[in-house]
Order: sequence, then structure tokens, then C-alpha cells
Amino acid sequence: MARRSSPEINAGSMADIAFLLLIFFLVTTTMDVDSGITRRLPPPVDKPEDIQIKMRNVLNVLVNKNDRLLVDGREGDIKTLKDVAKKFMTPVFPDNVNFPETEIKEIPLLGSVYSSKGVISLKNDKGTSYDMYINVQNELARAFNELKDEMSMRYFGTKFANLVKEDQIKAINEAVPVRISEAEPESIGDN
Amino acid sequence: MSKFKTKKGKGSPAINTSSLPDIIFMLLFFFMVTTVMREVTLRVKVSLPSATEVQKLEKKSLVSYIYIGPPTNTAQFGTESRIQLNDQFARVQDVPEFVAREREARNEADRTFLTTALKVHKITKMGVVTDVKQELRKAGAFRINYTTIKSSTKKK
Repeated sequence: MARRSSPEINAGSMADIAFLLLIFFLVTTTMDVDSGITRRLPPPVDKPEDIQIKMRNVLNVLVNKNDRLLVDGREGDIKTLKDVAKKFMTPVFPDNVNFPETEIKEIPLLGSVYSSKGVISLKNDKGTSYDMYINVQNELARAFNELKDEMSMRYFGTKFANLVKEDQIKAINEAVPVRISEAEPESIGDN
Repeated sequence: MSKFKTKKGKGSPAINTSSLPDIIFMLLFFFMVTTVMREVTLRVKVSLPSATEVQKLEKKSLVSYIYIGPPTNTAQFGTESRIQLNDQFARVQDVPEFVAREREARNEADRTFLTTALKVHKITKMGVVTDVKQELRKAGAFRINYTTIKSSTKKK
């Protein structure tokens, strides 16, 4: 007994069902990837020891509770912070007492390059607003990124962000180390 | 008479829609795969600051989030900035345990790459953020990310 062929299923509403699901996922989707300023925290120290760094190698950046800046002992401005930091971190040759020391590094792909021994020391108060702190971090990052870009332009003819080869990125990172040191927390001024 | 018949006024032929579900399904699968459902309900207000020099957080599965900001329910919890871990308010002392749990949930190999993203409200004072950072240092979670909104033109 031959079976009757099964009646065809009406697939006309299939599209509607799919549409419904599609719209649901469209609405719930968040495409944007989180982004931000990535930093590495230093490992904890039991008792903060004073590491002797020459005064000329340190650029002190203080942010107080009123979000005012003190850069190297003078009142600073967020607008000029990047340029100050950049100038400070640019290796100077021949040696100049007003700038941090310069060392010559042997880096593969680059050969011997001048590298500044400068450190930017960032200190903030408990009362500093997070917005200001991020602003300062951002400006400092900008200074380093510009230095990296310049270095990258000189040696590889392209901006740092456009470099693809792992060893090239590593070489530039070694030539321009991001040295932002954050002080152990303590309160600056009155709270 | 002529080989090519001229069309008689019959109206346009119906478009074959049988492949429409397939197209929609394709789109559907795309969105299903890319969707990330929000896994926590925010109990604190987080309006992120903006920055220009940002990097993307590459591996979403290797990121744990800490939210800091004023509570959304100000009537009950006040306006002082609070820390939120997972779904509830937490104290600074709870951070190491949170980090340990997050670490436990990942593969052995991935644990060192675990990044802690701090989503902090703009006007939060740094005091609480610094405390959290100190706890993270003690817990050995050194990779942190200050989550910000990327703005290409920063106010000058």
C-alpha cells in the first residue's frame, strides 16, 4: 500500500518567525568592544623602599583634591602637560643637566638608539576626581604615543599603531619605554 | 507570428520569496553569534570618562569587571560612591576574594592574562579607586584597564 505523499508544510510564516528572532537579537546585541587605558600595576611591596633615582630623571606630576596640577614644582595645566611630558622624555644629546640622563641602547632592528632614563611620577590625592585622573593618564599616554610614533616614523616609515610585525613593535616599545610610576598612596594636602 | 512574444498586460510577475527565510536566518545566526548578553544588573551609575589614547580590550572572556559609582537607588543607599562586584555591592575587602573567584573560573593557561576592567563613574573620588587598586595589587591582578569612552577629538 503506497503511502500518500505527505502534504507540503506551508513555509510562508518561516520568514516571520526568523524575523522575530532576528529583531530580538538585533536589539540585544552590543557590538561595541570595551576600550580604555591599560596599565600594569606594580607588585606590592611590604615597606616602600626609597629607590635612589636622580632628581633630574623624575618629572613629578601631582594632582590635588581640587583637580589642580603641580608639574615639577610649578603649577601646571592639563593642556600643556602632554608637551611638557614629551619634552621631558625626549632623549637629549649631549648630556644636559636640565634633562634626564640619556643612555644608548642596542636594540635589534634599530641599532643603537638614544633612550631617555626619565620617569614620570604621578601622584594623586584621595579627593582627586576620577575624570581628572583619567585626563592626566590620557595626556601622559599621548606624550608616549607621540614619541613612539616619531620613532616608528624614523625607522619604519609608518606610525606605531600601523606596525604589524611583532618584532618591530617590540623594538619601538623597548626604545620608548612607558615609564609612569604611581606613588604609593598617601594624602597630599588636607582632605 | 513573432518569435518573442510581447508581454500582454499581465502585471509584474510575483517575486519568488522562498529564499527569504534563508537570508533572514543567515542574519539571525550572525547576530546570535555576536550577541553578548548583559550579565550583570548595574546597581551603580557608571558614566565613563572619555579619553583619546585607548586600547581595545581584546579577549572579552578574560576580563573581569569592577564597577564603582554612586548607587542608582540613592534613596536607599545614598550618593557616596560604592563598589559593585558581580551583582551586588561590595566592600574594598571583598576585592581579593572576587579576584580569586574570577581566576578560578578561567583556564589554568589563561589566568595570567586576566585583566580587570575598572568601570568608574566620572565624578568618583580617587580615594576609593586607589583602595581598589591596592587590593588588586595585593591579590596579584596586575593587568588593569580604566575603561573609557573613546573620543577622537578631545576637548582642548
